[in-house]
Amino acid sequence: MSREVVVTGLGMTTPVGGDVESTWQALLAGTSGISVIDAPWVAEQPAKIAGIMAVDPAEVVERVEARRLDRSQQAALVAAREAWAQAGKPEIDPNRLGAVISTGMGGLTSLMDAYDTLLDRGPSRISPHMVTQIMPNGPAAIVGLEVGARAGVHGQVSACASGAEAVSYAARMIQTGRADVVVCGGTEAVIHPITMAGFAAMRALSTRNDDPTAASRPYDLGRDGFVMGEGAGVMVLESAEFAAARGATILGIYGGAGLTSDGHHIAQPDPEGLGAARAMGFAIEDAGLSPTDIVHINAHATSTPQGDIAESVAIRGALGDHTDNVVVTGTKSMTGHLLGGAGAIESVFTILALRDRLVPPTANLVDKDPEVTLDVAAGAPRALPTGDIAALNNSFGFGGHDVALVFRSA
Amino acid sequence: MSQEILDGLAVIVNEVAGVPVEDVQSDKSFVDDLDIDSLSMVEVVMAAEDKWGVKIPDSEVKNLKTVGDAVAYIAANQ
Repeated sequence: MSREVVVTGLGMTTPVGGDVESTWQALLAGTSGISVIDAPWVAEQPAKIAGIMAVDPAEVVERVEARRLDRSQQAALVAAREAWAQAGKPEIDPNRLGAVISTGMGGLTSLMDAYDTLLDRGPSRISPHMVTQIMPNGPAAIVGLEVGARAGVHGQVSACASGAEAVSYAARMIQTGRADVVVCGGTEAVIHPITMAGFAAMRALSTRNDDPTAASRPYDLGRDGFVMGEGAGVMVLESAEFAAARGATILGIYGGAGLTSDGHHIAQPDPEGLGAARAMGFAIEDAGLSPTDIVHINAHATSTPQGDIAESVAIRGALGDHTDNVVVTGTKSMTGHLLGGAGAIESVFTILALRDRLVPPTANLVDKDPEVTLDVAAGAPRALPTGDIAALNNSFGFGGHDVALVFRSA
Repeated sequence: MSQEILDGLAVIVNEVAGVPVEDVQSDKSFVDDLDIDSLSMVEVVMAAEDKWGVKIPDSEVKNLKTVGDAVAYIAANQ
């Protein structure tokens, strides 16, 4: 007996806004959050651009929190507080409250800073907070402590699919009766010379350094890689029963999830998109829907030459001819790629698109790649139909992780 | 001299744990009154060592129950 799961709170901090509404309005306006990184170390980097959080989370959280937390944890806390407040800070038995917040790379920048300290000043000057800053379960633990969660605190790790996997795991906790309310999402903040160099070594990053706002351009013929972003997205999921009993406002309905793996390559997408297509199919099935119920997809669409085509193939594999009726968007064109935060902010975007019946445009889509056989929103927001509608959010990660989530309108 | 150390320590405790500077008085217990946990105490000790050029070994830290204990130790060992 599976219980229905609803969305009652949303929170975000991204390269285009410090909260949900500012981010959403920026996306609908097609605004890019990408800029040249303002740090001396970029000089020697092939890729010198990124989506830095529009509002520094260290300035939003308390000063002592900023000191103790990694930047990814600060972002998660900012987003979680917004989501929790929107949900009305539900009064709940802590034993029935969970937190699932993922990150792809954890507190990597804190680790690198600590290593600099180790070399410069020796082991006695390492912060006692370093370990909890770098552990990948740190953001989940911090958010869990913030709301007082005792049903379980978890962090799913699947690179750029982590945030979406967190949402699916949180829903599962509710469906299986472990919790009534779960705060879930993903966060990432690893803009550092070591990660920029590492992703550049994979030839994964755009090097359109002279035109940052045009660099992330999913589905466009001129795309040359992804642009790193940072930030966090969080949502409050709860059982429909619990939400109804406390009179909560329902923002959207969690439909279902599909999780598969490519079994193809450590970092390249399966060009046939089989794993991704199966994930979408399972998600639709899990939601009790059929492919023709899907009206919108927030695609993974990172702006890499191979990935965008593989996803296009996968979508057509999952939806068949109905693909022509689905409005697809690639919001990474504006936020950049938040890695472990991506699936979370894009889940929030999917809920907002269903709420407002509006799909944000894919920025910088000028010359569409003819190999991409999708109806991609570009230039201006696109309207979605009235009535009960459903949408997909795709997230794929290095390692061959495929996660698709289905949400329904409230 | 002690007052200078007390004032400096108050700034450190505020920086590390957010305790208001005026609450950091000689008779206050780090744990019971100021809610300084063991991790924050490590930070306080590190900052004090840097500021006054003293070495405060772990074996000594457990004897520093109050702010006044810390001030006295620093004054005697700097």
